[in-house]
Amino acid sequence: MDCNSDKVIYMDNNATTRIAPEVVDAMMPFLTDCYGNPSSMHTFGGQVGKAIKEARARIADLLGAEPEEIVFTSCGTESDSTAILSALQTWPEKRHVVTTRVEHPAVKNLCENLAQLTGHKHRLTRLKVERDGTLNLDEYRDALSEDTAIVSVMWANNETGVIFPVEEMAAMARERGILFHTDAVQAVGKIPINMRENDIDFLSLSGHKLHAPKGVGVLYIRKGTPFVPFMNGGHQEKGRRGGTENVASIIGLGRACTLAGEKMEEENTRVRALRDRLEQGLLSSIPKSMLNGHPDKRLPNTTNISFEFVEGEAILLHMNEYNICASSGSACTSGSLEPSHVLRAMGVPFTAAHGSIRFSLSIYNTEEEVDFVLDKMPGIIAGLREMSPFWNPDQ
Amino acid sequence: MWEYTDKVQEHFMHPRNVGELEDANGVGEVGSLACGDALKLMIKVDENNIITDAKFKTFGCASAIASSSALTEMIKGMPLDEAEKITNEDIAEALGGLPKEKMHCSVMGREALEAAIADYRGVVLPMAQGEVVCECFGVTDLEIIRAIKESDLRSVEEITNFTKAGGGCGKCEDRLREILQQTVEGIAAEPKKPEKEQRMTTLQKIKKIEQVLEREIRPTLRKDGGDIELVDVDGDFVTVSLRGACSGCQSSRTTLKEYVEKKLREQVADSLIVEEDR
Repeated sequence: MDCNSDKVIYMDNNATTRIAPEVVDAMMPFLTDCYGNPSSMHTFGGQVGKAIKEARARIADLLGAEPEEIVFTSCGTESDSTAILSALQTWPEKRHVVTTRVEHPAVKNLCENLAQLTGHKHRLTRLKVERDGTLNLDEYRDALSEDTAIVSVMWANNETGVIFPVEEMAAMARERGILFHTDAVQAVGKIPINMRENDIDFLSLSGHKLHAPKGVGVLYIRKGTPFVPFMNGGHQEKGRRGGTENVASIIGLGRACTLAGEKMEEENTRVRALRDRLEQGLLSSIPKSMLNGHPDKRLPNTTNISFEFVEGEAILLHMNEYNICASSGSACTSGSLEPSHVLRAMGVPFTAAHGSIRFSLSIYNTEEEVDFVLDKMPGIIAGLREMSPFWNPDQ
Repeated sequence: MWEYTDKVQEHFMHPRNVGELEDANGVGEVGSLACGDALKLMIKVDENNIITDAKFKTFGCASAIASSSALTEMIKGMPLDEAEKITNEDIAEALGGLPKEKMHCSVMGREALEAAIADYRGVVLPMAQGEVVCECFGVTDLEIIRAIKESDLRSVEEITNFTKAGGGCGKCEDRLREILQQTVEGIAAEPKKPEKEQRMTTLQKIKKIEQVLEREIRPTLRKDGGDIELVDVDGDFVTVSLRGACSGCQSSRTTLKEYVEKKLREQVADSLIVEEDR
């Protein structure tokens, strides 16, 4: 199958990323010759175990963690479920969970359905966000109680890129003896993280968001944190997660983490500059457009812009004609009839929420691509607005 | 990504009859910005009651724009009494079909056409006079009943796909189920048998049981100072624990078998056996 990836302008990196060529190279031996089981007694398998050990160390390096704090999982969602359900089993008598209104469905839907999974009713505090997508720490402080088993707050939001002060929040939870989990799948590799300098107990990351393949994730578990496994079985991951290792993907993730560390500077300079160029260009050339999310407390690669009076799916399909890939928070693309829960929580008006487009860049984007998008977008929006009964060019 | 037919794609990329119709004598406006789609249909009807021209403006996704475009093509040159008979299914058919989640776009087209014709005739549409059932999208019971009959809808999910009702906060779901049941019973003239239950996974079973407990059983028990908690579901065996005034009360076994088990059998699966966890 030919996917014509070279013709595509890919600005949907918060959905998934291209597997880095270096990562593919690192993985290939483990998809071909080196097929041994890392748990085997023979050298043929044992050498694979050594490679996994090296990958684990590379991941720990990127996070500022110890290798034994890294547990491999199948995806970000599994890491999230593992952490939260573990905390609830550690303290079955504590029946309160704190999270936010803007979590990814992996955390949001889990927290909203805990009764079905645990057989207990839990009180759930869903922290509000401000108009710019940031959290109010006073509300958070007041929400913490003796009964709180765990706090789960994402490090950075996938739709707006807004970064939450999870380190400060984790310290506040620690003071009260409450476990803290963060879904960091959008943050890892894009902003520096050092687990030695914070009080976060659990952190989830996902391979395919940082140029490793889909189907591999990590749950960081701080040394000494009480833990109950989600998947029981063999002795893999020191009994913390049964199941034969997804060897090639783990090796790929290890390589991807080293690459991310090397490219961190570029991500926060060149990619940020590209994002800013795109954002400022769109906002200045298209009337009635606005940024969703705090302009500074944000990932360097993400911009979420609303074009009023037009609908997101229609915009995306026109962009698709030019091979430009992005996402929308509109109702029609979310598969439901309401626009994104993140934009609604922020109080983005309906006139704008339906017409929101998220561009998320990576180190593989170029200035030419940004300029091409800047060239095409005003025409797309103007064409759809001409068709819109709500658009009045004189307003 | 939605699977749109070539016709939908074509109408979306190159919509016909977009714009304002200066000498329109019938205008129908449906939908709203809040709902995510809206259509303004303008028609020009001549003295022989023939629609000589039609134009539209649409805010919405690809299927909303394509439905509007196809509709204007269909009605141009059509006598009014013929245009009146156009259904949403006709519009969808003209596009080679729509994804089921997008059928409401064709319904919006038909509604706009009706509104435009009513405006031309100077009459008020009966649909708008019904009782609003879905407050999120402003859908009335008359609109829902009509969609059930016209498109032979058989579930709340289908009602949502066709009318959007229930697609927001979901508070009206029970009312939708009620309307569906009444309408379907009316059509069949005899009570329809409860939908044949399908094999459920344990997780689905747990979810449904929790729903019934939460919605019906707990409120009743709480009135008497009692409560109930779901402990386990193993195949058909449902283990519950009675709390408060219910625990240890003489009639707890009766409550369990005659009330809880009966309710769960009615609404989840008739093979369920409810037991108390002691």
